[in-house]
Amino acid sequence: MKTKAINTVFKREFRSSFFSPVAYIIMTIFLVITGWLFFSTFFLTGRADMRNFFQLLPLILTFIIPAITMGVFSEEYKSGSFEILVTLPLGRGDIVLGKFLAALSLSITMILPTVCYAISISAISGMDWGPVFLSYVGTIFLAGAYTAIGIFSSSLSQNQIVAFIISVAICFFLSIIDKMLVLIPGFLVGFFQYLGSNYHFDSFSKGILDSRDIVYFLSFIIIALYGSYLINLEKK
Amino acid sequence: MISIQNLTKYFDNVSAVKNMSLEIPEGQILGILGPNGAGKSTTLRILTGYLPPSEGTILINGLDVRDQSIQAKNLLGYLPESSPIYQNMLVYDYLDYISQVRNIPQNEKLKRLKELSALCGIEKVMHKSISTLSKGYKQRVGLALAMMSDPKILVLDEPTSGLDPNQIVEIRSIIKEIGKEKTVIFSTHILQEAEATCDRIVILNKGKIVADGSVEDLKSSQQEEQKIHLIIKGSDPEMVKKTLSEIDGVTQLECSGDESGVEATLDVIRDVREEIYLAVKSSKGILLELHQERKSLEHIFKSLTAEGIQ
Repeated sequence: MKTKAINTVFKREFRSSFFSPVAYIIMTIFLVITGWLFFSTFFLTGRADMRNFFQLLPLILTFIIPAITMGVFSEEYKSGSFEILVTLPLGRGDIVLGKFLAALSLSITMILPTVCYAISISAISGMDWGPVFLSYVGTIFLAGAYTAIGIFSSSLSQNQIVAFIISVAICFFLSIIDKMLVLIPGFLVGFFQYLGSNYHFDSFSKGILDSRDIVYFLSFIIIALYGSYLINLEKK
Repeated sequence: MISIQNLTKYFDNVSAVKNMSLEIPEGQILGILGPNGAGKSTTLRILTGYLPPSEGTILINGLDVRDQSIQAKNLLGYLPESSPIYQNMLVYDYLDYISQVRNIPQNEKLKRLKELSALCGIEKVMHKSISTLSKGYKQRVGLALAMMSDPKILVLDEPTSGLDPNQIVEIRSIIKEIGKEKTVIFSTHILQEAEATCDRIVILNKGKIVADGSVEDLKSSQQEEQKIHLIIKGSDPEMVKKTLSEIDGVTQLECSGDESGVEATLDVIRDVREEIYLAVKSSKGILLELHQERKSLEHIFKSLTAEGIQ
Protein backbone atom coordinates (compact mmCIF):
# COMPACT_ATOMS: atom_id res chain seq x y z
CA MET A 1 0.00 0.00 0.00
CA LYS A 2 1.52 3.30 -1.06
CA THR A 3 0.39 6.76 0.01
CA LYS A 4 1.38 8.19 -3.36
CA ALA A 5 -0.82 5.77 -5.24
CA ILE A 6 -3.70 6.42 -2.84
CA ASN A 7 -3.20 10.14 -3.25
CA THR A 8 -3.24 9.88 -7.06
CA VAL A 9 -6.47 7.89 -7.09
CA PHE A 10 -7.96 10.23 -4.48
CA LYS A 11 -7.16 13.36 -6.46
CA ARG A 12 -8.60 12.01 -9.68
CA GLU A 13 -11.76 10.73 -8.05
CA PHE A 14 -12.35 13.88 -6.04
CA ARG A 15 -11.80 16.20 -8.97
CA SER A 16 -13.81 14.15 -11.42
CA SER A 17 -16.82 14.07 -9.10
CA PHE A 18 -17.12 17.81 -9.77
CA PHE A 19 -17.02 17.29 -13.55
CA SER A 20 -20.48 15.76 -13.56
CA PRO A 21 -23.61 17.58 -12.39
CA VAL A 22 -24.53 14.71 -10.06
CA ALA A 23 -22.39 16.00 -7.20
CA TYR A 24 -23.90 19.49 -7.40
CA ILE A 25 -27.43 18.14 -7.55
CA ILE A 26 -26.89 15.88 -4.54
CA MET A 27 -25.29 18.69 -2.54
CA THR A 28 -28.13 21.06 -3.34
CA ILE A 29 -30.75 18.51 -2.39
CA PHE A 30 -28.94 17.81 0.86
CA LEU A 31 -28.68 21.46 1.84
CA VAL A 32 -32.28 22.24 0.91
CA ILE A 33 -33.67 19.27 2.83
CA THR A 34 -31.58 19.76 5.97
CA GLY A 35 -32.12 23.52 5.91
CA TRP A 36 -35.86 23.20 5.52
CA LEU A 37 -36.35 20.43 8.08
CA PHE A 38 -34.09 22.08 10.64
CA PHE A 39 -35.24 25.68 10.44
CA SER A 40 -38.94 24.92 10.05
CA THR A 41 -38.98 23.83 13.71
CA PHE A 42 -35.98 25.74 14.99
CA PHE A 43 -37.85 28.85 16.15
CA LEU A 44 -40.65 26.77 17.67
CA THR A 45 -38.35 24.97 20.07
CA GLY A 46 -36.69 28.22 21.04
CA ARG A 47 -33.37 26.64 21.92
CA ALA A 48 -30.06 27.94 20.61
CA ASP A 49 -28.53 24.58 19.78
CA MET A 50 -28.26 22.25 16.82
CA ARG A 51 -29.51 19.08 18.45
CA ASN A 52 -32.47 18.81 16.06
CA PHE A 53 -30.18 19.17 13.10
CA PHE A 54 -27.92 16.35 14.21
CA GLN A 55 -30.93 14.18 14.99
CA LEU A 56 -32.03 14.51 11.39
CA LEU A 57 -28.62 13.90 9.93
CA PRO A 58 -28.27 10.08 10.12
CA LEU A 59 -31.52 9.49 8.28
CA ILE A 60 -30.77 12.07 5.59
CA LEU A 61 -27.26 10.74 5.08
CA THR A 62 -28.79 7.26 4.73
CA PHE A 63 -30.16 8.40 1.38
CA ILE A 64 -27.65 11.02 0.33
CA ILE A 65 -24.37 9.15 0.82
CA PRO A 66 -25.43 6.04 -1.17
CA ALA A 67 -26.27 8.44 -4.00
CA ILE A 68 -22.72 9.78 -3.86
CA THR A 69 -21.06 6.38 -3.70
CA MET A 70 -23.30 4.31 -5.97
CA GLY A 71 -21.20 4.95 -9.05
CA VAL A 72 -17.78 4.52 -7.46
CA PHE A 73 -17.17 1.00 -8.73
CA SER A 74 -20.40 0.25 -10.63
CA GLU A 75 -19.62 2.92 -13.19
CA GLU A 76 -16.12 1.56 -13.69
CA TYR A 77 -17.40 -1.99 -14.16
CA LYS A 78 -20.02 -0.86 -16.62
CA SER A 79 -17.85 1.38 -18.78
CA GLY A 80 -14.94 -1.07 -18.71
CA SER A 81 -12.54 1.53 -17.33
CA PHE A 82 -12.06 -0.84 -14.39
CA GLU A 83 -9.89 -2.92 -16.71
CA ILE A 84 -7.53 0.02 -17.26
CA LEU A 85 -7.62 0.98 -13.59
CA VAL A 86 -6.53 -2.43 -12.28
CA THR A 87 -3.91 -3.00 -14.97
CA LEU A 88 -2.16 0.22 -13.97
CA PRO A 89 0.54 -0.27 -11.35
CA LEU A 90 -1.84 0.45 -8.49
CA GLY A 91 -2.62 -1.95 -5.67
CA ARG A 92 -6.27 -2.90 -5.29
CA GLY A 93 -6.12 -1.70 -1.70
CA ASP A 94 -4.80 1.67 -2.88
CA ILE A 95 -7.70 1.96 -5.31
CA VAL A 96 -10.32 1.18 -2.65
CA LEU A 97 -8.76 3.58 -0.12
CA GLY A 98 -8.30 6.37 -2.65
CA LYS A 99 -11.90 6.09 -3.78
CA PHE A 100 -13.12 5.95 -0.18
CA LEU A 101 -11.23 9.09 0.79
CA ALA A 102 -12.50 10.91 -2.28
CA ALA A 103 -16.14 9.99 -1.60
CA LEU A 104 -15.74 10.87 2.07
CA SER A 105 -14.20 14.23 1.18
CA LEU A 106 -17.13 14.91 -1.12
CA SER A 107 -19.55 14.10 1.71
CA ILE A 108 -17.64 16.39 4.06
CA THR A 109 -17.64 19.15 1.42
CA MET A 110 -21.37 18.72 1.22
CA ILE A 111 -21.87 18.93 5.00
CA LEU A 112 -19.42 21.79 5.48
CA PRO A 113 -21.81 24.63 4.47
CA THR A 114 -24.09 23.65 7.37
CA VAL A 115 -21.48 25.18 9.68
CA CYS A 116 -23.14 28.44 8.63
CA TYR A 117 -26.16 27.38 10.68
CA ALA A 118 -23.97 27.06 13.75
CA ILE A 119 -22.31 30.40 13.11
CA SER A 120 -25.61 32.24 12.58
CA ILE A 121 -27.19 30.64 15.65
CA SER A 122 -24.25 31.62 17.80
CA ALA A 123 -24.48 35.14 16.37
CA ILE A 124 -28.13 35.45 17.42
CA SER A 125 -27.63 34.09 20.88
CA GLY A 126 -24.89 32.35 22.80
CA MET A 127 -24.41 28.74 21.82
CA ASP A 128 -22.46 25.98 23.49
CA TRP A 129 -19.86 25.13 20.87
CA GLY A 130 -18.60 21.96 22.56
CA PRO A 131 -21.44 19.59 21.59
CA VAL A 132 -21.69 21.17 18.13
CA PHE A 133 -18.01 20.63 17.49
CA LEU A 134 -18.17 17.04 18.72
CA SER A 135 -21.29 16.46 16.65
CA TYR A 136 -19.36 17.47 13.56
CA VAL A 137 -16.60 15.05 14.55
CA GLY A 138 -19.27 12.39 14.94
CA THR A 139 -20.73 13.36 11.55
CA ILE A 140 -17.38 12.69 9.92
CA PHE A 141 -17.28 9.23 11.50
CA LEU A 142 -20.88 8.55 10.53
CA ALA A 143 -20.32 9.74 6.98
CA GLY A 144 -17.17 7.59 6.87
CA ALA A 145 -19.08 4.47 7.89
CA TYR A 146 -21.90 5.11 5.41
CA THR A 147 -19.42 5.94 2.63
CA ALA A 148 -17.54 2.70 3.27
CA ILE A 149 -20.83 0.78 3.17
CA GLY A 150 -21.75 2.58 -0.05
CA ILE A 151 -18.43 1.70 -1.65
CA PHE A 152 -18.84 -1.89 -0.58
CA SER A 153 -22.30 -2.04 -2.23
CA SER A 154 -20.98 -0.33 -5.33
CA SER A 155 -18.29 -2.98 -5.69
CA LEU A 156 -20.98 -5.67 -5.70
CA SER A 157 -22.83 -4.72 -8.85
CA GLN A 158 -22.31 -3.01 -12.15
CA ASN A 159 -25.78 -1.54 -11.83
CA GLN A 160 -25.75 1.77 -9.95
CA ILE A 161 -29.38 1.46 -8.89
CA VAL A 162 -28.73 -1.94 -7.33
CA ALA A 163 -25.69 -0.52 -5.53
CA PHE A 164 -27.79 2.41 -4.28
CA ILE A 165 -30.58 0.19 -2.97
CA ILE A 166 -28.20 -2.20 -1.20
CA SER A 167 -26.38 0.60 0.59
CA VAL A 168 -29.59 2.45 1.49
CA ALA A 169 -30.93 -0.81 2.92
CA ILE A 170 -27.85 -1.32 5.11
CA CYS A 171 -27.59 2.31 6.22
CA PHE A 172 -31.33 2.52 6.84
CA PHE A 173 -31.16 -0.58 9.02
CA LEU A 174 -28.33 0.96 11.04
CA SER A 175 -30.10 4.33 11.38
CA ILE A 176 -33.51 3.02 12.30
CA ILE A 177 -32.72 -0.03 14.41
CA ASP A 178 -32.64 1.82 17.74
CA LYS A 179 -36.20 3.03 17.15
CA MET A 180 -37.37 -0.54 16.56
CA LEU A 181 -36.02 -1.93 19.79
CA VAL A 182 -39.50 -2.53 21.23
CA LEU A 183 -40.09 -5.18 18.58
CA ILE A 184 -36.95 -7.10 19.44
CA PRO A 185 -36.82 -9.87 22.07
CA GLY A 186 -35.43 -8.63 25.37
CA PHE A 187 -32.13 -10.48 25.42
CA LEU A 188 -31.16 -9.06 22.00
CA VAL A 189 -32.01 -5.45 22.79
CA GLY A 190 -28.55 -4.59 24.05
CA PHE A 191 -26.88 -6.03 21.01
CA PHE A 192 -29.13 -4.28 18.50
CA GLN A 193 -28.93 -1.03 20.39
CA TYR A 194 -25.15 -1.20 20.16
CA LEU A 195 -25.39 -2.08 16.47
CA GLY A 196 -27.45 1.01 15.62
CA SER A 197 -25.53 3.99 14.34
CA ASN A 198 -27.87 6.49 16.02
CA TYR A 199 -26.96 5.22 19.45
CA HIS A 200 -23.29 6.00 18.85
CA PHE A 201 -23.88 9.20 16.95
CA ASP A 202 -26.17 10.52 19.71
CA SER A 203 -23.43 10.35 22.28
CA PHE A 204 -21.33 12.65 20.10
CA SER A 205 -24.30 15.06 19.89
CA LYS A 206 -24.55 15.03 23.67
CA GLY A 207 -20.94 16.14 23.81
CA ILE A 208 -19.53 12.82 24.99
CA LEU A 209 -16.38 11.54 23.36
CA ASP A 210 -16.38 7.81 24.01
CA SER A 211 -13.75 5.51 22.54
CA ARG A 212 -16.42 2.81 22.04
CA ASP A 213 -18.23 5.02 19.55
CA ILE A 214 -15.05 5.71 17.65
CA VAL A 215 -14.25 1.99 17.62
CA TYR A 216 -17.78 1.27 16.38
CA PHE A 217 -17.52 3.59 13.39
CA LEU A 218 -13.94 2.68 12.59
CA SER A 219 -14.75 -1.02 12.62
CA PHE A 220 -17.62 -0.43 10.19
CA ILE A 221 -15.28 1.50 7.91
CA ILE A 222 -12.57 -1.16 8.06
CA ILE A 223 -14.92 -4.13 7.58
CA ALA A 224 -16.74 -2.52 4.66
CA LEU A 225 -13.54 -1.39 2.93
CA TYR A 226 -11.87 -4.74 3.46
CA GLY A 227 -14.99 -6.36 2.02
CA SER A 228 -14.84 -4.25 -1.10
CA TYR A 229 -11.10 -4.93 -1.36
CA LEU A 230 -11.80 -8.68 -1.34
CA ILE A 231 -14.62 -8.35 -3.89
CA ASN A 232 -12.35 -6.23 -6.03
CA LEU A 233 -9.70 -8.89 -5.92
CA GLU A 234 -12.17 -11.54 -7.05
CA LYS A 235 -13.96 -9.38 -9.61
CA LYS A 236 -13.49 -11.13 -12.92
CA MET B 1 11.06 -11.77 -21.76
CA ILE B 2 7.49 -13.04 -21.45
CA SER B 3 6.96 -16.64 -20.60
CA ILE B 4 3.48 -18.15 -20.52
CA GLN B 5 3.49 -21.61 -19.02
CA ASN B 6 0.60 -24.08 -19.13
CA LEU B 7 -1.97 -21.34 -18.95
CA THR B 8 -5.55 -22.48 -18.46
CA LYS B 9 -8.59 -20.34 -17.76
CA TYR B 10 -12.06 -21.56 -16.90
CA PHE B 11 -15.21 -19.48 -16.88
CA ASP B 12 -17.84 -21.51 -15.01
CA ASN B 13 -16.32 -24.83 -16.09
CA VAL B 14 -16.04 -23.71 -19.71
CA SER B 15 -12.39 -23.39 -20.59
CA ALA B 16 -11.53 -20.28 -22.57
CA VAL B 17 -7.81 -21.02 -22.69
CA LYS B 18 -6.44 -24.54 -22.55
CA ASN B 19 -2.93 -25.39 -21.42
CA MET B 20 -1.25 -22.66 -23.43
CA SER B 21 2.52 -22.18 -23.39
CA LEU B 22 4.24 -19.38 -25.23
CA GLU B 23 7.61 -17.65 -25.07
CA ILE B 24 7.84 -14.11 -26.38
CA PRO B 25 11.36 -12.69 -26.74
CA GLU B 26 12.19 -9.00 -26.49
CA GLY B 27 11.52 -6.69 -29.42
CA GLN B 28 9.01 -8.80 -31.24
CA ILE B 29 5.71 -7.70 -32.73
CA LEU B 30 3.41 -10.58 -32.00
CA GLY B 31 -0.06 -10.80 -33.49
CA ILE B 32 -2.62 -13.04 -31.89
CA LEU B 33 -5.25 -14.16 -34.36
CA GLY B 34 -8.30 -16.26 -33.96
CA PRO B 35 -12.04 -16.42 -34.57
CA ASN B 36 -14.45 -14.90 -32.06
CA GLY B 37 -14.29 -16.67 -28.74
CA ALA B 38 -10.89 -18.22 -29.42
CA GLY B 39 -9.48 -16.81 -26.19
CA LYS B 40 -7.49 -13.86 -27.55
CA SER B 41 -8.80 -11.25 -25.16
CA THR B 42 -8.77 -13.68 -22.25
CA THR B 43 -5.11 -14.44 -22.85
CA LEU B 44 -4.23 -10.75 -22.99
CA ARG B 45 -6.30 -10.02 -19.90
CA ILE B 46 -4.51 -12.70 -17.93
CA LEU B 47 -1.17 -11.49 -19.26
CA THR B 48 -1.86 -7.97 -18.02
CA GLY B 49 -3.05 -9.18 -14.64
CA TYR B 50 -6.69 -8.22 -15.08
CA LEU B 51 -7.94 -11.78 -14.83
CA PRO B 52 -6.39 -14.42 -12.61
CA PRO B 53 -5.41 -17.63 -14.42
CA SER B 54 -7.12 -20.85 -13.32
CA GLU B 55 -3.87 -22.74 -13.79
CA GLY B 56 -0.39 -21.96 -15.02
CA THR B 57 1.91 -19.00 -14.61
CA ILE B 58 2.95 -15.95 -16.58
CA LEU B 59 6.39 -14.50 -16.00
CA ILE B 60 7.40 -11.10 -17.33
CA ASN B 61 11.16 -10.65 -17.02
CA GLY B 62 10.97 -13.30 -14.32
CA LEU B 63 8.22 -11.46 -12.40
CA ASP B 64 4.99 -13.34 -11.77
CA VAL B 65 2.03 -11.20 -12.87
CA ARG B 66 -0.02 -12.39 -9.90
CA ASP B 67 2.47 -12.37 -7.05
CA GLN B 68 4.55 -9.37 -8.05
CA SER B 69 1.78 -7.67 -9.92
CA ILE B 70 2.82 -4.04 -9.32
CA GLN B 71 6.39 -4.57 -10.53
CA ALA B 72 5.13 -6.58 -13.51
CA LYS B 73 2.52 -3.95 -14.35
CA ASN B 74 5.24 -1.31 -14.33
CA LEU B 75 6.75 -3.08 -17.34
CA LEU B 76 3.47 -3.25 -19.21
CA GLY B 77 1.37 -0.81 -21.13
CA TYR B 78 -2.12 -2.09 -21.86
CA LEU B 79 -4.95 -0.86 -24.02
CA PRO B 80 -8.11 -2.92 -23.53
CA GLU B 81 -10.58 -3.56 -26.30
CA SER B 82 -12.47 -0.43 -27.47
CA SER B 83 -10.37 1.85 -25.27
CA PRO B 84 -12.60 2.23 -22.16
CA ILE B 85 -11.11 5.47 -20.82
CA TYR B 86 -12.88 7.81 -18.38
CA GLN B 87 -15.49 9.75 -20.32
CA ASN B 88 -15.89 12.85 -18.21
CA MET B 89 -12.27 14.02 -18.16
CA LEU B 90 -10.30 16.25 -20.47
CA VAL B 91 -7.69 14.45 -22.56
CA TYR B 92 -4.92 16.46 -20.92
CA ASP B 93 -6.23 15.79 -17.40
CA TYR B 94 -6.50 12.11 -18.14
CA LEU B 95 -2.97 11.81 -19.48
CA ASP B 96 -1.77 13.91 -16.54
CA TYR B 97 -3.44 11.45 -14.15
CA ILE B 98 -1.84 8.49 -15.91
CA SER B 99 1.55 10.21 -15.74
CA GLN B 100 1.12 10.48 -11.97
CA VAL B 101 0.14 6.83 -11.66
CA ARG B 102 3.16 5.93 -13.77
CA ASN B 103 5.45 8.02 -11.57
CA ILE B 104 6.62 10.35 -14.33
CA PRO B 105 8.61 13.12 -12.57
CA GLN B 106 6.83 16.47 -12.63
CA ASN B 107 9.60 18.22 -14.59
CA GLU B 108 9.60 15.61 -17.38
CA LYS B 109 5.84 15.31 -17.57
CA LEU B 110 5.19 18.09 -20.05
CA LYS B 111 7.91 16.87 -22.38
CA ARG B 112 6.52 13.33 -22.26
CA LEU B 113 2.97 14.51 -22.90
CA LYS B 114 4.16 16.50 -25.91
CA GLU B 115 6.05 13.53 -27.33
CA LEU B 116 3.09 11.22 -26.89
CA SER B 117 0.55 13.62 -28.30
CA ALA B 118 2.74 14.10 -31.35
CA LEU B 119 3.29 10.36 -31.79
CA CYS B 120 -0.39 9.53 -31.43
CA GLY B 121 -1.64 12.61 -33.26
CA ILE B 122 -3.81 13.97 -30.46
CA GLU B 123 -2.35 17.49 -30.09
CA LYS B 124 -5.54 19.04 -31.42
CA VAL B 125 -7.83 17.35 -28.93
CA MET B 126 -5.81 17.76 -25.74
CA HIS B 127 -8.22 20.37 -24.37
CA LYS B 128 -11.38 18.44 -25.24
CA SER B 129 -13.53 16.24 -23.07
CA ILE B 130 -13.01 12.55 -23.84
CA SER B 131 -16.76 12.01 -24.17
CA THR B 132 -16.82 14.30 -27.22
CA LEU B 133 -14.06 12.44 -29.09
CA SER B 134 -14.64 10.12 -32.02
CA LYS B 135 -13.78 6.47 -31.68
CA GLY B 136 -10.52 6.84 -33.54
CA TYR B 137 -9.35 9.62 -31.25
CA LYS B 138 -10.36 7.64 -28.18
CA GLN B 139 -8.27 4.80 -29.50
CA ARG B 140 -5.31 7.15 -29.93
CA VAL B 141 -5.72 8.55 -26.43
CA GLY B 142 -5.83 4.94 -25.22
CA LEU B 143 -2.64 4.25 -27.10
CA ALA B 144 -0.99 7.29 -25.54
CA LEU B 145 -2.04 6.12 -22.10
CA ALA B 146 -0.61 2.66 -22.73
CA MET B 147 2.72 4.16 -23.82
CA MET B 148 2.93 6.76 -21.06
CA SER B 149 5.74 5.19 -19.07
CA ASP B 150 7.58 4.07 -22.21
CA PRO B 151 6.96 0.44 -21.21
CA LYS B 152 9.06 -2.43 -22.51
CA ILE B 153 5.94 -4.35 -23.42
CA LEU B 154 2.86 -2.99 -25.07
CA VAL B 155 -0.31 -5.09 -25.06
CA LEU B 156 -3.10 -3.93 -27.35
CA ASP B 157 -6.44 -5.67 -27.64
CA GLU B 158 -7.89 -5.13 -31.11
CA PRO B 159 -6.31 -1.70 -31.49
CA THR B 160 -7.83 -1.05 -34.91
CA SER B 161 -11.37 -2.32 -34.47
CA GLY B 162 -13.97 0.22 -35.43
CA LEU B 163 -11.58 2.63 -37.10
CA ASP B 164 -11.81 3.95 -40.62
CA PRO B 165 -9.24 2.74 -43.20
CA ASN B 166 -7.03 5.84 -42.85
CA GLN B 167 -6.95 5.56 -39.10
CA ILE B 168 -6.18 1.86 -39.36
CA VAL B 169 -3.16 2.63 -41.52
CA GLU B 170 -2.02 5.27 -39.04
CA ILE B 171 -2.41 3.04 -35.99
CA ARG B 172 -0.56 0.28 -37.83
CA SER B 173 2.31 2.56 -38.63
CA ILE B 174 2.43 3.65 -35.00
CA ILE B 175 2.58 0.01 -33.94
CA LYS B 176 5.39 -0.68 -36.40
CA GLU B 177 7.20 2.40 -35.17
CA ILE B 178 6.96 1.31 -31.54
CA GLY B 179 7.76 -2.28 -32.42
CA LYS B 180 11.24 -1.32 -33.55
CA GLU B 181 12.34 -1.07 -29.94
CA LYS B 182 9.66 -2.72 -27.90
CA THR B 183 7.73 -5.91 -27.55
CA VAL B 184 4.26 -5.38 -28.92
CA ILE B 185 1.55 -7.96 -28.48
CA PHE B 186 -1.76 -7.30 -30.12
CA SER B 187 -4.84 -9.25 -30.99
CA THR B 188 -6.80 -8.78 -34.15
CA HIS B 189 -9.17 -10.60 -36.43
CA ILE B 190 -8.01 -8.70 -39.48
CA LEU B 191 -5.53 -10.97 -41.25
CA GLN B 192 -4.01 -8.39 -43.56
CA GLU B 193 -3.20 -6.34 -40.52
CA ALA B 194 -1.29 -9.17 -38.89
CA GLU B 195 0.42 -9.92 -42.18
CA ALA B 196 1.45 -6.29 -42.60
CA THR B 197 2.73 -5.57 -39.11
CA CYS B 198 3.75 -8.73 -37.28
CA ASP B 199 7.09 -10.45 -36.91
CA ARG B 200 5.32 -13.44 -35.57
CA ILE B 201 1.78 -14.71 -35.62
CA VAL B 202 0.03 -17.00 -33.18
CA ILE B 203 -3.31 -18.38 -34.27
CA LEU B 204 -5.66 -19.48 -31.53
CA ASN B 205 -8.67 -21.68 -31.87
CA LYS B 206 -10.86 -22.79 -28.99
CA GLY B 207 -8.26 -21.66 -26.49
CA LYS B 208 -5.39 -23.57 -28.05
CA ILE B 209 -2.46 -22.48 -30.18
CA VAL B 210 -2.95 -24.01 -33.61
CA ALA B 211 -0.16 -22.18 -35.41
CA ASP B 212 2.86 -20.19 -34.35
CA GLY B 213 5.53 -18.59 -36.53
CA SER B 214 6.30 -15.80 -38.93
CA VAL B 215 3.97 -15.16 -41.84
CA GLU B 216 6.44 -16.92 -44.19
CA ASP B 217 6.75 -19.90 -41.87
CA LEU B 218 3.02 -20.31 -41.73
CA LYS B 219 2.69 -20.04 -45.49
CA SER B 220 5.45 -22.51 -46.23
CA SER B 221 4.15 -24.98 -43.69
CA GLN B 222 1.04 -25.16 -45.80
CA GLN B 223 2.91 -25.01 -49.11
CA GLU B 224 2.48 -28.66 -50.05
CA GLU B 225 -1.23 -28.32 -50.61
CA GLN B 226 -1.72 -26.06 -53.59
CA LYS B 227 -4.17 -25.55 -56.35
CA ILE B 228 -3.19 -25.15 -60.02
CA HIS B 229 -5.52 -23.93 -62.74
CA LEU B 230 -4.82 -24.80 -66.38
CA ILE B 231 -6.36 -24.05 -69.74
CA ILE B 232 -5.17 -26.29 -72.56
CA LYS B 233 -6.04 -26.01 -76.26
CA GLY B 234 -5.94 -28.75 -78.88
CA SER B 235 -6.51 -31.80 -76.69
CA ASP B 236 -9.66 -33.60 -75.67
CA PRO B 237 -10.54 -33.69 -71.96
CA GLU B 238 -10.05 -37.44 -71.58
CA MET B 239 -6.56 -37.22 -73.01
CA VAL B 240 -5.63 -34.29 -70.76
CA LYS B 241 -7.01 -36.10 -67.74
CA LYS B 242 -4.97 -39.19 -68.53
CA THR B 243 -1.72 -37.31 -69.05
CA LEU B 244 -2.06 -35.13 -66.01
CA SER B 245 -3.07 -37.94 -63.67
CA GLU B 246 0.22 -39.66 -64.45
CA ILE B 247 2.17 -36.82 -62.85
CA ASP B 248 3.46 -37.69 -59.41
CA GLY B 249 2.08 -35.47 -56.68
CA VAL B 250 -1.36 -34.76 -58.07
CA THR B 251 -3.97 -35.66 -55.51
CA GLN B 252 -7.10 -34.49 -57.23
CA LEU B 253 -7.97 -33.60 -60.78
CA GLU B 254 -10.98 -32.07 -62.47
CA CYS B 255 -11.33 -31.52 -66.23
CA SER B 256 -14.02 -29.94 -68.35
CA GLY B 257 -14.40 -28.38 -71.80
CA ASP B 258 -13.61 -29.50 -75.36
CA GLU B 259 -10.80 -29.32 -77.93
CA SER B 260 -10.98 -25.52 -78.18
CA GLY B 261 -10.05 -25.29 -74.54
CA VAL B 262 -9.90 -27.73 -71.65
CA GLU B 263 -10.04 -26.31 -68.17
CA ALA B 264 -8.33 -28.35 -65.48
CA THR B 265 -7.97 -27.84 -61.77
CA LEU B 266 -5.37 -29.82 -59.88
CA ASP B 267 -4.71 -30.25 -56.19
CA VAL B 268 -1.02 -30.94 -55.78
CA ILE B 269 1.27 -31.57 -52.85
CA ARG B 270 4.51 -30.35 -54.48
CA ASP B 271 5.64 -28.00 -57.20
CA VAL B 272 4.71 -29.78 -60.46
CA ARG B 273 4.55 -26.87 -62.88
CA GLU B 274 7.48 -28.08 -65.00
CA GLU B 275 6.05 -31.58 -65.34
CA ILE B 276 2.71 -30.15 -66.38
CA TYR B 277 4.34 -28.12 -69.10
CA LEU B 278 6.29 -31.11 -70.40
CA ALA B 279 3.28 -33.41 -70.23
CA VAL B 280 1.09 -30.96 -72.13
CA LYS B 281 3.84 -30.42 -74.70
CA SER B 282 4.32 -34.14 -75.27
CA SER B 283 0.58 -34.61 -75.77
CA LYS B 284 0.67 -31.96 -78.53
CA GLY B 285 -1.61 -29.63 -76.61
CA ILE B 286 -1.06 -25.91 -76.23
CA LEU B 287 -0.80 -24.52 -72.74
CA LEU B 288 -2.80 -21.30 -72.73
CA GLU B 289 -2.84 -20.61 -69.07
CA LEU B 290 -1.26 -21.93 -65.91
CA HIS B 291 -1.59 -20.33 -62.55
CA GLN B 292 -0.81 -21.49 -59.12
CA GLU B 293 -3.02 -20.23 -56.34
CA ARG B 294 -0.82 -18.62 -53.74
CA LYS B 295 -1.88 -19.73 -50.28
CA SER B 296 -2.77 -16.60 -48.39
CA LEU B 297 -2.91 -16.24 -44.64
CA GLU B 298 -6.65 -16.38 -45.04
CA HIS B 299 -6.50 -19.95 -46.31
CA ILE B 300 -4.25 -20.97 -43.48
CA PHE B 301 -6.52 -19.28 -41.00
CA LYS B 302 -9.59 -20.92 -42.47
CA SER B 303 -8.12 -24.39 -42.56
CA LEU B 304 -6.78 -24.12 -39.01
CA THR B 305 -9.89 -22.72 -37.44
CA ALA B 306 -12.50 -24.38 -39.64
CA GLU B 307 -13.66 -26.58 -36.79
CA GLY B 308 -14.64 -23.52 -34.85
CA ILE B 309 -17.01 -22.35 -37.54
CA GLN B 310 -19.03 -25.54 -37.77
